[in-house]
Amino acid sequence: MGKLNLTTNRENDTLTVQAVGRIDTGNYIEFEKAINAEIDGVKNIVLDFEKLDYISSSGLRVLISLHKMLLSEDGKLTVRHPTTMVREVFDVTGFTEMINIEN
Amino acid sequence: MIRTLDIEARRENLDDVIGFIDALLEDSGCPMKTQLQTELAVEEIFINIASYAYEPDIGKAKISAGVSGEPPVMTMVFEDSGVPYDPLAKEDPDITLPAKERRVGGLGILLVKKNMDDVKYEYRDGKNILTLTKYINS
Repeated sequence: MGKLNLTTNRENDTLTVQAVGRIDTGNYIEFEKAINAEIDGVKNIVLDFEKLDYISSSGLRVLISLHKMLLSEDGKLTVRHPTTMVREVFDVTGFTEMINIEN
Repeated sequence: MIRTLDIEARRENLDDVIGFIDALLEDSGCPMKTQLQTELAVEEIFINIASYAYEPDIGKAKISAGVSGEPPVMTMVFEDSGVPYDPLAKEDPDITLPAKERRVGGLGILLVKKNMDDVKYEYRDGKNILTLTKYINS
């Protein structure tokens, strides 16, 4: 529980973050900090959620903030390969319509 | 069998609360999907209590939970003695708004409602009592 492993990879103006485990109230700040540490000059963020088992509203807050920020820079936020649990959370909160999702 | 957990309502105790509920669900042969949905509701409710009920002090939360019936239903009751607060009273956020107009927060209780089969709030004997039910095989 509360375990999260993050791997970041920067290519030109795109930052890819692979998140493995869970994003919850106990660690969403860690998630946010890892991204903010590399945000300078970034236009697009790709979140690889193929191995993310769980996300709660604290994680969603980070996603909305990032999405808003990237929109204002004409960039975009993409979530790649979300698991069933994460996809359902996106469905009921309207994220499915709001952000780019690559299934 | 009903099990209870008396715990200080602080964020750092979230893992203990989730562990308490998981133990019950695992004993009931609950599918992983249902377990994650239940954990989500438990996190949102417990964090709400930890963040607001006794602010700026620390108080206690009591969680009683059990699985019964056929088809099996998980019932969880969250009690705190903090300020009266009905989390269900607030209107749901508009999830169809474009990103620019959307608030960053406010999705927690929506996730609780969407992931549980029933949620009831009452204020009785100086306590906030929130009862969540979930069919665990659906």
